[in-house]
Amino acid sequence: MVAHSSPRVVITGMGWITPLGHDLPTVWRRLMAGESGMAPIDRFDARTFPTTFAAQVRDFDFRRYVNDPSIHATAGLNTCFALGAARQAWQQSGLGDWKGLNGRRAGIYLGAGEGVLDTEHYVASNLAGWDAATQRIDGKRWAEAALALMTAAKEVEQEPNMPVAHLAREFGLRGPAYNCLTACAASTQAIGEACSILKRGDADVMLSGGTHTMIHMLGVTGFNRLTALSTSKGDPTKASRPFDRNRDGFVMGEGSGMVVLETLDHALARGARPIAEIRGFGSSADAFRITDIQPEGRGAAAAMEMALREAGIDPHASRADGRAAVDYISAHGTGTKENDSIESIAVKRVFGPRAKDIPMSSVKSMLGHLIAAAGAVELITCVLAIEEGMLPPTINYETPDPDLDLDYVPNAARKAKVDICLSNSFGFGGQNDTLIVSRYEQRA
Amino acid sequence: MGNFPKDRHRLRDGRCYHLRPMATARRRIFVTGLGPLSAFGVGLDPLWKAMCEGRSAIAPIRRWDASGLPCSAGAEVPSELFDVRSAVPKSYRKATKVMARDIEFAVGAAAEAVRDSGLVTRATEGATPTIASHRVGCQIGAGLIAADVDELTSALATSRGANGAFDIGHWGETGMTNLTPLWLLKYLPNMLSCHVTIIHGCEGPSNTITCAEASAGLSVVESMRVLQRGDADACLSGGADSRLNPMGVLRQSFANRLVPTGGSDAPASLVRPFAPNAAGTILGEGGGIVVLEAEDSVASRGVKPIAEVLGVCASQSYCADTVGAQLDTGAEIADAIRAALEHARVAPADIDAIVPFGSGIPSADAAEIAAITDVFGARAKSIPIVQVIPYVGNCGAGTGALAFIVAAQTLRTGTLPARINTTGCNALDANAAPSRTADIRRVLVVNSGLGGQNAAIVLGKAG
Repeated sequence: MVAHSSPRVVITGMGWITPLGHDLPTVWRRLMAGESGMAPIDRFDARTFPTTFAAQVRDFDFRRYVNDPSIHATAGLNTCFALGAARQAWQQSGLGDWKGLNGRRAGIYLGAGEGVLDTEHYVASNLAGWDAATQRIDGKRWAEAALALMTAAKEVEQEPNMPVAHLAREFGLRGPAYNCLTACAASTQAIGEACSILKRGDADVMLSGGTHTMIHMLGVTGFNRLTALSTSKGDPTKASRPFDRNRDGFVMGEGSGMVVLETLDHALARGARPIAEIRGFGSSADAFRITDIQPEGRGAAAAMEMALREAGIDPHASRADGRAAVDYISAHGTGTKENDSIESIAVKRVFGPRAKDIPMSSVKSMLGHLIAAAGAVELITCVLAIEEGMLPPTINYETPDPDLDLDYVPNAARKAKVDICLSNSFGFGGQNDTLIVSRYEQRA
Repeated sequence: MGNFPKDRHRLRDGRCYHLRPMATARRRIFVTGLGPLSAFGVGLDPLWKAMCEGRSAIAPIRRWDASGLPCSAGAEVPSELFDVRSAVPKSYRKATKVMARDIEFAVGAAAEAVRDSGLVTRATEGATPTIASHRVGCQIGAGLIAADVDELTSALATSRGANGAFDIGHWGETGMTNLTPLWLLKYLPNMLSCHVTIIHGCEGPSNTITCAEASAGLSVVESMRVLQRGDADACLSGGADSRLNPMGVLRQSFANRLVPTGGSDAPASLVRPFAPNAAGTILGEGGGIVVLEAEDSVASRGVKPIAEVLGVCASQSYCADTVGAQLDTGAEIADAIRAALEHARVAPADIDAIVPFGSGIPSADAAEIAAITDVFGARAKSIPIVQVIPYVGNCGAGTGALAFIVAAQTLRTGTLPARINTTGCNALDANAAPSRTADIRRVLVVNSGLGGQNAAIVLGKAG
C-alpha cells in the first residue's frame, strides 16, 4: 500500500546464468522449445543417492564477465554465477557506460544462498576429530585437522552476504545493501524489497536478484532426507513434472538471475529504456508449520492479494477487452505434491472463477529449482513473455491431476498477448512472496 | 551554494542527490517490547545490571574443547539460564527438536519481547491476539548456521571405508539415513523467522536478513519500511546467531576477526573497542528481538512506548578484499549515519550517545572512528560511546539487536552503562568509565558487518 505519489520502478537490465545457458536469447529459445536442463550429477559422485540427477550450469567461466578476475579469485560458485548474471543486466541497462552513476545512490539487494561447503575437507576434519567412544568430536584433534585442511577463502566465501560484497565491489554500489535468505522465496523477496527502497527514496538504482547452488553432497542429502526431491529412476529430463498427477518432487537446479531496477525518473533522465515496470509486491507468512503449507493456501493468497492491491488490480475484474486481470502466472510450481496442489488452490482463492482463464506454467519443469535464485529467473521469464508475446510451457505434463484444473500451458510454448504477469515464490517454512510486473507504458 | 534546495545533499565530490525526494506520510514507529537473550540469560535485567556494574560474560569456552583454536574464549549462553522449551507453548515443544541453537535463541528472544510488550499473540493459547495476525510482520537476521558437528559426524562415521576414509557411495546408499529426516530444516536461516511466525501467529510480511553483524540492524530497517508503507501494524524484529561451535569460531579466525587468546584465563579483558592496542573481537551467542509498533496501534492499546525509531538507513562499504583485511575507509558508514539522521530530521548535534559496532577488530574500529569523526566533527570526542561486545561478545547476526536494545534502555533510564577494557582512545569518548546518568534524548546505533553492509538507526526518547 504505497502512496500514489511514490515513484514508479522499472527494470532496465536483466541477466541470468542457468542450466539452459548463460544469456537471455539462448535460454529463452530453449525454454520455448521445451528443453530440459536435467542430467546425471557430475559435481560429486551421486550414483548411490536416492536422487542422481540435477540441472547443473555447464561450461561457465565467470572471468569473461568481470573487469579484473583477480579481485574475485576466491569467489565461490554462487558468487561466480551472480557476477555473470549481474554483468549482463548491468550491460543491458547501459549503466556500465554511463559516467553519471552516483554509487551512493546505487544499492544492492540480493536473495543469495549460502556458499558451497568445502565438503571434502569438512568431512575429513570431522572424521579426524571423531571420538567413537564418546560419540563426540575431540575438539583438539578436530582443530588440528581443520586448521591444516580448510582454507580461509573457502570458508569466509560461504557467508551468504559474500555475493553482495563481490557485486558491490564490481559495480561500485555503495547505497543500501542487503542479502535476504527466505529459502525458495529469497530473490522474489529481494526484488520486492529493492523496489520498496526505491519507492521510499533511499536509492535511485538497485541491482537485485538471486544466486544459489545446493548441488553438493550435503545439499542433496538434506533434500533427499526431506523427501522433497524427485527420485525418478527413468530419463532425468522427464523427472520435473509440475502439476502432473505423477509428480514426485522437485529437481535441483542452480544459477543466478539479476535485474537492474531504477526509479522511472532516473531511467528516463539518463535515456535508458524501461523494459518493464514492477507494479506490486506482496509478502506474507503462512505461520502454520515448518514442514507443511497451510492447506487452504492462505499465506500464498495473502502475498498475491497484497501485490495485486499495490498494483491497483482487482483480481476478479476483467479488462476492457475481456481478458482476466493478469495474463500469465509464473508458478512457484516445484513439482512436489503439496506445493502444486496448494498453489492451484491459492490462485483460485485469489482470482475466483477467472483463475481458469489465466495461463500458469512452471519453468522449473525445464530449469529445475534454483532455490534462492528461482524467483529472479522466473521474473525475467515473465518480462520476456511480455516482450515476445509467448508463454513458456510446463513440460512433462502427461497425466492431468483431477484436483489441479488450471491452464498449466502443457508441453508447448504458446503465443499470447501478455501485458501483466504475476510471479510466485514460496519458501520452505512458509514465507511467501509475489511480484507483479507489467509492460512499461508511458503515463501522465 | 546559492539556492541549493534544502532537500538535497551535496557530496564532497560536488555531486548532489535528493535526500528524501518522496515525502510520504510519515507513520511514527515505536519500540514497545525488548527481548534480549545473551550470556547473561533472557531479558533485560541481568544484562543491564552486568553492564552497569562493568561485568563481562566472556570466559573460556566450555561447551567443547576449543583450546586447539587460535581463540578459545566466548560468551556462552549457559543452559541453566535458558531452555527453549520454556519459551514455547506446550503444543509446540516437539518442534524444538528441529531447532539449531540460533533458532532457539530467536524463539526465546521473541517470547521475551512479546511478554515485555504486553501484546497477546497466538502463543497464549485460547486468548484473542491484540493485533490481527495478518497485520504482524517478522524480520529476523540470521547467520550462516553451522550443522551440529557431533550429530553430523556420528552419521558420517557410519560411512567410513576400510582405510578409514569417507565412502560417499555408502553414504548415498545408507549412511545418510542416520540423519533425521528434518535435518536440513534445523539449519536454514529463515527458520528463525518461520518458527517465530508460527508460534506467535505473524502472518504479515516476513523476511530473513543474512548480512553478518549488520543483519539485525538491517532487519530493523526492513521492519520500518514494512510498517511505514502500511503493510503491517507491528513487527517482531531483530536477529540471533550462535557461532560458538567449532566451524563458527574457525571461520571467524580465518577472517582475522578474533583476538588470539593464547590460553589466557582472563580473556574478558582482551576485547578493547577503539583502543590503540585492540587486537580483535571475541564471539558471543544470542541476540534479541524487539517489538516495533506503529503509532496508531500504540495509541489504541494505550501503552507507554520504550523509545521511538526516528530514522534508519543502510549502506555498503567499499571492500577491497572480503576475505583478508576488510579495509574500509568508513566513508559509507558515514553516509548511512547522515542519511539516518536526515530521515530522523535531526542534526548531528542532537545525538547524545552512540552504540557503535565497537568490536575491537582494528580495521572495523578504524572505519567507525573515521565515520563518526566525519559526521560529528569536533563533537566526536565528547559523545559517549556505549559498549556492548565487551560484555556479551560479538553475537554475529544477533549483535545489532543487543546494541539496539541497550540503546533503548539507555534512553529510557537516562543511564550510560559502564565501559571496560579500553584505554588510550583519543578519537572518541570510549575509554573505560563507570556507569553514570546523563541527559540522553537521542541515540545513534551503528551496525557494520563482515562483507561491508552497514545499518544506522536513530532512536529517540518516547513521548
